Amino acid sequence: MADVLTYVLHYEGELNKNSLGAVSEGAARASEIGGECHAVVVGGEDLSDHLCQSLGAYGARKVFRGRGPEGLAQPVVDVMAKVIDEHGHAYALFGGGLLGFEIGAGLAARKHAGVTMEVISVRAEDGKLVAERPILQDSQISVSRYKGDLGIIIGRINAFEARTVDGGSAEVVDVDVEYSPWSTQAEMVERGEQRGADVDIEGADILVAGGRGLGTAENFKLAEDLAAAFGGNSAVAATRAVVDAGWYPYAAQIGQTGKTVAPKLYLAAGISGAIQHKVGMQSSENIVAINKDAGAPIFEFSDLGVVGDLNKILPKLTEAIKAKKGS
Amino acid sequence: MKICVLVKEVPDAAVEKRIDSSTGRLDRAGEKNLNPYDTHAIEAAMQIREGGAVEVEEIVAVTMGPESAVRALHKAVSLGADRSVHLSDDALAGSDVAATGYALAKAVEKESPDLVLLGQQSDDGECYTIGAVVADHLRMPSLTQVIKMDVADGALRCERQAEYGYDTVQVRLPAVISVGDAINEPRYPSLKAIMGARKKPLEKVAAGEVGIDAGLVGEDGSRVQCGDFHAPEAKPPGRIIEDEDTNETVEQIVAWLEERKLI
Ligand SMILES: Cc1cc2nc3c(=O)[nH]c(=O)nc-3n(C[C@H](O)[C@H](O)[C@H](O)COP(=O)(O)OP(=O)(O)OC[C@H]3O[C@@H](n4cnc5c(N)ncnc54)[C@H](O)[C@@H]3O)c2cc1C
Ligand SMILES: Cc1cc2nc3c(=O)[nH]c(=O)nc-3n(C[C@H](O)[C@H](O)[C@H](O)COP(=O)(O)OP(=O)(O)OC[C@H]3O[C@@H](n4cnc5c(N)ncnc54)[C@H](O)[C@@H]3O)c2cc1C
Repeated sequence: MADVLTYVLHYEGELNKNSLGAVSEGAARASEIGGECHAVVVGGEDLSDHLCQSLGAYGARKVFRGRGPEGLAQPVVDVMAKVIDEHGHAYALFGGGLLGFEIGAGLAARKHAGVTMEVISVRAEDGKLVAERPILQDSQISVSRYKGDLGIIIGRINAFEARTVDGGSAEVVDVDVEYSPWSTQAEMVERGEQRGADVDIEGADILVAGGRGLGTAENFKLAEDLAAAFGGNSAVAATRAVVDAGWYPYAAQIGQTGKTVAPKLYLAAGISGAIQHKVGMQSSENIVAINKDAGAPIFEFSDLGVVGDLNKILPKLTEAIKAKKGS
Repeated sequence: MKICVLVKEVPDAAVEKRIDSSTGRLDRAGEKNLNPYDTHAIEAAMQIREGGAVEVEEIVAVTMGPESAVRALHKAVSLGADRSVHLSDDALAGSDVAATGYALAKAVEKESPDLVLLGQQSDDGECYTIGAVVADHLRMPSLTQVIKMDVADGALRCERQAEYGYDTVQVRLPAVISVGDAINEPRYPSLKAIMGARKKPLEKVAAGEVGIDAGLVGEDGSRVQCGDFHAPEAKPPGRIIEDEDTNETVEQIVAWLEERKLI
C-alpha cells in the first residue's frame, strides 16, 4: 500500500488554498504508485462534515478529523502520527505554509522519517516518490529519495496547484487522539491579527514594492509617490522585513506568509529578493528591481535591474513618469 | 533559568556556496562564520537575562559540527554565552535534518535547559525545521519564526507572523523557540569579549557520551538522500543598468517601460 497523507489547514471555516494544492498533488502522485490520497484536519466545530467531504473534489478519498486547537503544529503531529500508525501511509505531503514546515519536521522526528522542504516538484519513480527542491538560493536543484517506511514532503508555497477532479465526496473518519503532554503546552491567544491598514494589492496592475532598503517608514512615501505617478490601477506593496518592523501594513505584504500577486509590472525598491518574497511575485509579467547591491539575489529574476541608490532614482523616476503622463 | 542556544558554523556569506560533486555534500572549504541568523537567538537570550523578569543563571551555546565549528562557539561566547558544548563525532557526518535534530536534542537533554533558542534558518542548508525536530525529541512545546517574546510566570508570550496574519501564542516552559530575524538587532561583540572567548569553558562531547544511538545518525542513519544535483531551468538574464548619471538612468527606465506599454 502506498497511500499519501496530506494536512489541510483551515481558517474561519475556509480551507487553505495551498493545502488544497497538496491534496490535488497527493491524489495525482498516489494514483501513480497504486495508493490513495487522504487528508488530516484538526480543529473545532467549523470542521463540518460538509466541509471535510468537499475535499473529495480535490481527490481525497478519506478525511481524518481530529478535534483540537487550530493554528498550532504539535497537536497535528499527534493526529497524523496516529493515523499513519494505524493505516501505514507511505508519504506525508504538505502544501508549504509555515505550519506545514513545523508539522512535517515534528512528524519526521516522531516517526524517524526523512524530510524534504521547499519542494517544487514530486514524481513517481519505481513505485516510490522522489522530490525536487531548489537549494543554495535557488542556484541548484537537489533530488530527494527516501529510505524507510515514511517519506515527508513539504512543498514550497504555490508549488502545487489546487485542481478539482470528479472524485465526489470524501469519507469522513473521526480520530480520537490523546494529545502528547507537550502538545498542550502552547495556547493560541490571538490568531490572524491584521496589523496596519486594510489595503488591496491583489487587484493592482502595477505594484511598487518597498523593502528594508527604504530605510524608514517615512521613506515609503517615495514608493507611494511613484505608484501615484503611474496612476490608474497601481498600489504599494512590501516585504516581511518592513511589515515586521511596523513600517507598512501586513495586508500589503507579498510572499510566503503574505499575498501572492502577478501584476503587469512589479517594481521593487530596496528589496533583496529572498526566496520567501520571490515565491509571492515571480509570476509578475514584468519585474524591475532597484538595488544598490549588484549582487542582490533579486537581479537573478528581474527583467530590468537598476544598480543604484533608490533615494536618488525614485524621485526622478516619479517626476519623469508624471511628465510623460502629462504630455 | 538556564538557556541553551543552538548555533551553527556556515560558509561565510562572501563564499560562493556549491555542492562537492564527489561527496554530494556542501563544499565547506573557505572562510566560515557563525550562522548570522543564530546571532539573533543569542541576542534574545541576552535580552531575557538583561530584562530582569527572570534570573538567567546560564546561557550555553551548543553546536554539532566538525573540528572547525569551535569558531562558531567562540563567536557565540563573545556575544554573551557563558560556556559552550561542542558535539563532534565522525559518526554524525552527513546527518539529515531528522538525524541532526535528534543528535542536538540528545546533547541538549544533558543540560536540562528551561529554554532552547535557535535561529530561523541556516544560511547554507536553509531547512527551517531543526527547532521542531529538537522539540519533539525533548518533548517540549515549540514555535518557529518568533519575533517578540516576553517571559512571565513560567511561560513565554510569543508573537509571529503566520499564514493569516500575526499570531500570539502562550508557550509554557520548558520550550524550544526559533526566533525570526526581526526579533532584535544583535549587538557587536566587544574586543575584550572576543579576546576572552577562548578562555570560557568549552566541553567537547562525542555521540556516545550523550547517549546518541549511532544507528540513527550520520549518512546511514539518515532517511533522506539528497543527490542528482543539477542547475535549474534558467530564465534568460534581464537587462542591467548601472546608475552613473541618474537622469540618463531614469530615461532608460522610462523607455523600457514605454516599450512594454506600462506607462
Ligand atoms: C518562514 C518564512 C516566511 C517568510 N515570509 C516572507 C514573506 O511573506 N514576504 C517577504 O517579503 N519575506 C518573507 N520572509 C523573509 C525573507 O526571508 C526576507 O528576510 C525578506 O523578504 C527581506 O526583506 P527585504 O528585501 O525588505 O530586506 P533585506 O533582505 O534587508 O534587503 C534590503 C535590500 O535593500 C538594498 N538597499 C539598501 N539601501 C538601499 C538604497 N539606498 N538603494 C537601493 N537599495 C538599497 C540592500 O542592498 C538589500 O538588498 C520569510 C522568511 C521565512 C523564514
Ligand atoms: C544545500 C543543502 C540542502 C539540504 N537539504 C536537506 C533536505 O532536504 N532534507 C534534510 O533532511 N536535510 C537536508 N540538508 C542537510 C541539513 O541541512 C543538515 O542536516 C543540517 O545540519 C540541518 O539543517 P539546517 O542547518 O538547514 O537547519 P535549519 O532548520 O535551517 O536551522 C535552523 C537553526 O537550527 C540550528 N542548527 C542547525 N544545524 C545546527 C547544528 N549543526 N548545530 C547547532 N545548531 C544547529 C541553528 O540555530 C539554525 O539557525 C541539506 C543540506 C544542504 C547543505
